[in-house]
Amino acid sequence: MTAEAALPGSAMRREWQRFTPRQRLMRYAVYLVAVAAVVESVRSVEIIPEFLEDAPAQIVDLFARMWPVDWSYYPKTVHAALIETLHIATLGTILALAMAVPVGLMAATNITPWPALRLFAKFILVSSRSVNSLVWALLFVAVFGPGGLAGTLAIAFRSIGFVGKLLAEALEEAQKGPVEALTATGAPWLTIILKAYWPQVQPSFWSIALFRWDINIRESAVLGLVGAGGIGMALDDALNLLYWDQVALTLLTIFTVVIAAEVLVTFIRSRII
Amino acid sequence: MTVRTNGVEGAAESRALVLRKLSKEYVRGKPVLRDVSIAFAGSGLTAIIGPSGTGKSTLIRCVNRLVEPSAGEILFLGQDLARLRGRALRGARRRIGMVFQEYNLVERLTALENVLCGRLGYVSPLRAWLRRFPQEDIDAAFDLLEAVGLADRAGQRADALSGGQRQRIGIARALMQRPDLLLADEPTSSLDPKTSVEIMELIVDLAGQRGIPVIVNIHNVELARRFAQRVIGMTGGSVVFDGPPDALRDEHLKQIYGGEAWL
Repeated sequence: MTAEAALPGSAMRREWQRFTPRQRLMRYAVYLVAVAAVVESVRSVEIIPEFLEDAPAQIVDLFARMWPVDWSYYPKTVHAALIETLHIATLGTILALAMAVPVGLMAATNITPWPALRLFAKFILVSSRSVNSLVWALLFVAVFGPGGLAGTLAIAFRSIGFVGKLLAEALEEAQKGPVEALTATGAPWLTIILKAYWPQVQPSFWSIALFRWDINIRESAVLGLVGAGGIGMALDDALNLLYWDQVALTLLTIFTVVIAAEVLVTFIRSRII
Repeated sequence: MTVRTNGVEGAAESRALVLRKLSKEYVRGKPVLRDVSIAFAGSGLTAIIGPSGTGKSTLIRCVNRLVEPSAGEILFLGQDLARLRGRALRGARRRIGMVFQEYNLVERLTALENVLCGRLGYVSPLRAWLRRFPQEDIDAAFDLLEAVGLADRAGQRADALSGGQRQRIGIARALMQRPDLLLADEPTSSLDPKTSVEIMELIVDLAGQRGIPVIVNIHNVELARRFAQRVIGMTGGSVVFDGPPDALRDEHLKQIYGGEAWL
């Protein structure tokens, strides 16, 4: 057959199609399901056309009410709340680093030889990450009452998973040469961790810590919405009282601080690591 | 601290290493070492030659248990190292220095700190962390840096040194243990020919002065002939030649490495 096709001058048409008929049918089925899903989603969201038409006017109205920004609200309330937010983010990050180090060590394949212990560590990491910091905050507000403590713990518990996972990955990437060399000197386990692994993961560790602190600044800014302290409380109060000029100020403050944190982290990272 | 400054003869006897029917299988039914029995004298340099993947590295790593032997005895300083666990194993490892092909330095620590790493079996983790080594260790580390010709590099980070310099640090670190045995796993394989000779000379000189027996894995036959008092040829996990370097003939090399075109 191939010989026939290769004959020069033979006007045999060779057909080619990317997919078999069966595959084409399957692909059309997938398209159909996708379209059905979109239609069903829109129906269940129940978009009210009148509200949609109204939206541009509402946006203009909102900005009109936000302007002029109430600057006097800053020294009265926002400043103290902002400082509390920074404290929540920083303390929460430090607490998370302290708790994440043992979990990270337990999760690293080259450090923990027992699969059961690694599974336990992975369980901690996953549960920490699968719960949103607002949900953690709700839990801790229920336990410790509203305020900065609940916020700090929420930030800390949400961060364990992030820091622990990345630390475990950094540890697993460490070269085993120095580890082997220090084992050969008869150094005990803890010394090997401190002198063979730690120098290798140190740059990643500080990088992870800075990155998480940066994220925590943003996360702790909204924790006040559920009563866990910080600038979110000021935002919540202003929203509830419909003081849109104060809302505007609070949002501007959060925006400024997030940018400042980002710039600071980038600067430190480029200088130290 | 027992420092063997005199009685090298007497010490030499006690520094002998005996391997008895040592076997290692990484995968069941595929032995890398097959019942290897060798008695190493308590002084001098023994070179183990053989093609890659023949179990030289496994053999040397079994001695300080970086690799777990599957069967056999490793008799050293009156103990069977193959049976030791935990603290006793660490105690035995402290008596055995090791030099590696890829140097295995802690890259982000300084040259001096890498030499001091040789004492990590002796100082507590806390003191190691706080970098509070006993003054006599610090003195000894500076002396060793001088002995390997890198006194002026003490404060430089290991990753800023050349290959030859790193291996010198590796040797200093191993000797920092004040070992009773020095193992070297392909110490010159990553180095140029001139540096290789210098490194071998350094090992022979420094270990010789201290009366420390040396076992070197090496695939450079010329270096083995030049520096060893005894050559052991291995192939397929077994010893096929054992004798002084003068007795090593082409037919032995043919048997060890296979083929003859390269001779």
